[in-house]
Amino acid sequence: MVAAPVKKEPFYKALPWLSGTLILIIGFVLWPTLELFLMSFRAVDISGLIEGWAGLENYRALIANIDLPPVLRRTVIWLVVVVGMTLALSLPLAQLMNAKFKGQKVLRYSIIIPWAASLVITATSFKWILDPYYGMMNLILKDLGIINEDVDLLGNPSTSFIVLLVVAIFVSLPFTSYVLLAGLQSIPGEVLEAAKVDGAGAWKGYWTIIFPLLRPAFLVAAVINAVYVFNSFPVIWVMTKGGPGYETDTSTTFAYKVAFGDQDIGQSASLAVGNFLVIFIFIMFFLKLSKWRESDQT
Amino acid sequence: MSVPALIVKRRIKGFILSVVGLATAVIFLFPYITMLSTALKPKSDITDIPPTYLPKEYIWSNFIKVFSEIAFGTYMKNTIFIALATMIIGLIASIPAGYYVARHHFRGRTFFLLVVLITQMFSPTTLLIGIFREMSVLDLINTYTGLILVNAAFNLAFAVWILSSFFRSIPKEIEEAAQIDGCTKFQAFRIVALPLALPGIVTTAIFIFIAAWNEFVVAYTLASQPAKQPFSVGLSLLTGYYEVKWNYLFAGSLIAIIPVVLLFIFIEKYLVSGLTAGSVK
Repeated sequence: MVAAPVKKEPFYKALPWLSGTLILIIGFVLWPTLELFLMSFRAVDISGLIEGWAGLENYRALIANIDLPPVLRRTVIWLVVVVGMTLALSLPLAQLMNAKFKGQKVLRYSIIIPWAASLVITATSFKWILDPYYGMMNLILKDLGIINEDVDLLGNPSTSFIVLLVVAIFVSLPFTSYVLLAGLQSIPGEVLEAAKVDGAGAWKGYWTIIFPLLRPAFLVAAVINAVYVFNSFPVIWVMTKGGPGYETDTSTTFAYKVAFGDQDIGQSASLAVGNFLVIFIFIMFFLKLSKWRESDQT
Repeated sequence: MSVPALIVKRRIKGFILSVVGLATAVIFLFPYITMLSTALKPKSDITDIPPTYLPKEYIWSNFIKVFSEIAFGTYMKNTIFIALATMIIGLIASIPAGYYVARHHFRGRTFFLLVVLITQMFSPTTLLIGIFREMSVLDLINTYTGLILVNAAFNLAFAVWILSSFFRSIPKEIEEAAQIDGCTKFQAFRIVALPLALPGIVTTAIFIFIAAWNEFVVAYTLASQPAKQPFSVGLSLLTGYYEVKWNYLFAGSLIAIIPVVLLFIFIEKYLVSGLTAGSVK
């Protein structure tokens, strides 16, 4: 839309209206961000007292930390598997939510629950379900004939991380499915009809007509999801606390442990700065994808 | 294909979709159904080996006893207070901003929107050390104020975004007419625009309320005193004990989940557009 050139007001006129938002964002989002960066260059003793500047010492200690490389590898797996599987499963799920059938509302409302409910509680429930003695999972697996002996999926280091991945995918699905559902709903009915040619053509029609139209929703969901998944703390913390040892830590829970467990605030801050920069890359992608400039014009 | 054959085919398709759809629904409900079953069990059933799917005896009074057996009353009181206060502060900060951004072109508007959008993606989890440090400096550790301000700040972006899109959808002419009738700019906002944007304000209020209600990591870090902890922190710490009172833990969990799920369903229509900054719908 080409609008007639609008005379812009000076910023001070807008300031009273924006002040509440600016105070909160500057005071409680940007200030802690600055504090985090500063802390990563400071020498902090074990009780949290600042002893002075440390230059790059915290970063050096972080790089020398032998526990870090496996955590970083696991973080990449965490991100790729959870985001990838979430997207792959969300597409059929969104299609199902969009289909007309008896019980469609039940499905839509059920999928909302893991999104609305506290992550701590959902994770606690899974922890209980997976309890080796009293949990429901062993009971179900035995009744289905899949296992004969009780298993401790969460306690066993070879399976605990896989369990965490599954739970993380479970709680990421609702948001992504709803984003894709919104994308599907924005496709005009005639286009959907045109793509629905019977037989083998229907599949081809889906990938050549529907999927390209869904791509913006898909990319936005991927980027936002990546940020959520990277920051995901409650699922891991409630179910394994990143343990045993650092076996199931991602860089987010690892940073927490280094700060509040080992009391090495400086080193933890340097890792958190790294985490922040990773998220910042995702934000740049998000800005590229989102249409915020268009809304600026209206 | 004949017409009856087509009808039969459509019915079969509908039936299959219903079966698949409801089976999927059960998967998503599974953790919460298990929670309910456990919440209704007597203490003796919890430690049955092997466990049972359903309680042998349904103890509905667990939902009352949760207030005396664990400190659930305190957790709920804290949660409600923090969530309500966060909601009010969030609205006070975001309504004028959302309105002004929707209605006016001013220098710095693009930059303001950019900052809002970028900070939407910032997460308290990454910034925890910075938040902790700031709260120590301000002496706000173990206070409601600290939690409320942090919660309000991190949910502002969504609020401003949703509100400005609601204000934009109200025709400018209505306010202009009010101004011709003698209203000041502020009166036009208060008397005309504000009531018309009520659905947007309610949506925003609910969103902020739920986000603050469920918030975990900041409260976990800042509120070490049980008297200041919301349910997310309080309940998470219960599983650390040797003997976990799972039935009470889950009775409390369900009380904490149900209201927000209902509210969430209420605002679902607007969530996607708010969380993706309008890039999907």
